[in-house]
Amino acid sequence: MKGLVAAGASLILVACEMSGAGEGEGMESPYPLPLEAPERFSFGQDASEDRIFLWDIDVRPDGEGLPQGSGTVQEGEAVYRTHCLVCHGPTGTEGPYHVLVGTAPWEEWPGSRTIGGYWPYATTLYDFIRRAMPQLTPGILTANETYAVVAYLLHLNGVVPDDAVMDAEALPAVIMPARDRFVADDRRGGAEVR
Amino acid sequence: MDRSKLSRRAWLTTTSGVIAAGLLRTQTDAVRLEAQEAPEGLRDPSKVPGRPTSEVGARAPGEQPSRLVRNQNLSSSSRTPLQDLNGTITPADLHFERHHAGVPDIVAEDHELLIHGMVDRPMMFRMADLKRYPCASQTYFLECSGNGGGAYSRDRMPTDITVQALDGLLSTSEWTGLPLSWVLREVGVRLGASWMLAEGGDAALMSRSVPLDKAMDDALLAYGQNGEAIRPEQGYPLRLFLPGWEGNISVKWLRRLEITDRPTMTRDETSKYTDPLRGGAARQFSFVMDAKSVITFPSYPYALPDRGWWEIKGLAWTGRGRITRVEVSTDGGRSWADAQLQRPVLSKSTVRFRHLWEWSGREALIVSRATDETGYVQPTVHQLWDVRGERTSYHQNHQRAWKVASTGEVTFGLGDLV
Ligand code: HEC
Repeated sequence: MKGLVAAGASLILVACEMSGAGEGEGMESPYPLPLEAPERFSFGQDASEDRIFLWDIDVRPDGEGLPQGSGTVQEGEAVYRTHCLVCHGPTGTEGPYHVLVGTAPWEEWPGSRTIGGYWPYATTLYDFIRRAMPQLTPGILTANETYAVVAYLLHLNGVVPDDAVMDAEALPAVIMPARDRFVADDRRGGAEVR
Repeated sequence: MDRSKLSRRAWLTTTSGVIAAGLLRTQTDAVRLEAQEAPEGLRDPSKVPGRPTSEVGARAPGEQPSRLVRNQNLSSSSRTPLQDLNGTITPADLHFERHHAGVPDIVAEDHELLIHGMVDRPMMFRMADLKRYPCASQTYFLECSGNGGGAYSRDRMPTDITVQALDGLLSTSEWTGLPLSWVLREVGVRLGASWMLAEGGDAALMSRSVPLDKAMDDALLAYGQNGEAIRPEQGYPLRLFLPGWEGNISVKWLRRLEITDRPTMTRDETSKYTDPLRGGAARQFSFVMDAKSVITFPSYPYALPDRGWWEIKGLAWTGRGRITRVEVSTDGGRSWADAQLQRPVLSKSTVRFRHLWEWSGREALIVSRATDETGYVQPTVHQLWDVRGERTSYHQNHQRAWKVASTGEVTFGLGDLV
């Protein structure tokens, strides 16, 4: 915890440097902070732990943010039939909305940009479904149901076997077929087209 | 000549005999003019009192530009009528839309922004708190990175597409808000922090990871658009605004910022908004919108009624700073002429360009290409195919073309160049 204050200070420095810059070319901040500005205005309030807990719903690739609970492929099939099939089709390929299943070989990549062909992290499924699905009633699935439908979708995509059980440990351990396909943006401006 | 097009001035000139007598077509017309009456069928607004003042103005009945709505799905888009606009500013009600779960109804008084994660002081802000901070206004373009995807595939090159349908996911506004760096200095960002998750309060809880460098640079917490409160479709009451970057990452209806030391890898930075490349890789976190230009006039479905002088007009922009040059070709890219840039040329905003052209009446292929301050020149579609492959998506900023037939009819002409 030692370096923390220093980091805060250095970021403040960056901000001040930017705001202090004049009309020079390139790097000046478009928003100079008034010189009279205090170090802190302190408008706003401290956030309570409860509020943070309520809203902090994201799930990261290392599993951080995953709740307790678990679900099987079989349970997931039932969740899918009840909550997802109407929009994503009986086997996840018929629509009317996004195709969720595809196991096309690499040579055809990225022809099929589906969970099995394109998604680099299994945790993203949990994160996204918890946020946004089912589209008309987002947020209605329990943690167990969400783990289950994630397990089912991973199974349909050929990523996990039919006896798989997903929970906070198992999900981040799943290696997705597209895991290593993603590269950093190398466009930099300048003469070269990338 | 169509009589309804005659202005009052022309009528007066006519009586004084300066203009050919042919304009004064009948004796009756002359009599009417003496009595200062408008000819039949022509209403003379100078002879009836006008409307009183009003609380909110409306467009002239004859000027009704509209967005092109893709469909009524919850996850959908609508496009700005670029062909109907002058200058650079997009009227707020014509700003393009892209939502993933509809436009939420948010009451500003109830809206809160949470900033937490790797900070010394996790804080909640109400709109009144945010508006009490000093504010800044700046004019910036916003473009969806999917804009222009409709003219990339060699086998599906359209000819009957409008500039609105192809490139209408582009708008420009003066955005007002609070520089994000000013708030981040208050919550105390901790050592090792390098990313920030931005999350919206819509039914998609739209979320994107943002490098902290950008957050500390020119990011805004925006609540104003062209002088008024941000429109609901644009994120009312609060949106993140990241100048020059793909639209999706300027998260609307912003309710949470979590400072982190790594990206969250949300669905809209993995499954979507990543660019497949030739050879089986995919480019991720491709934020910046590279230099691009589009000709808005003449464009499909317009038909030039006459040969002679016409002004070719368009918009150019780059997420990397300022546009330094726009060139126009009327022979499919064999020769180029510098277009005029309307000043001031603003950073990360659109600039209007114009090129006066005398059309001979022969078939012509008009193309524009923009250069930005880094020396980057808007590429041809062949250049993008070569470096990224033909099955990539997003960031398709290649040169466009319009074909003017000898009849004057204008169609999308890129197909003639591939
Ligand atoms: C009312 C229709 C509807 C229902 C019901 C629904 N979805 Fe969706 N789903 C959509 C739409 C529309 C999208 C695309 C959203 C967007 O554009 O952001 C989507 C996207 C997705 C995606 C991302 C696809 C991709 O390629 O990125 C996943 C995963 C998904 N849904 C899973 C589910 C699951 C699991 C359920 C059931 C719990 C479900 N959906 C129920 C309409 C629906």
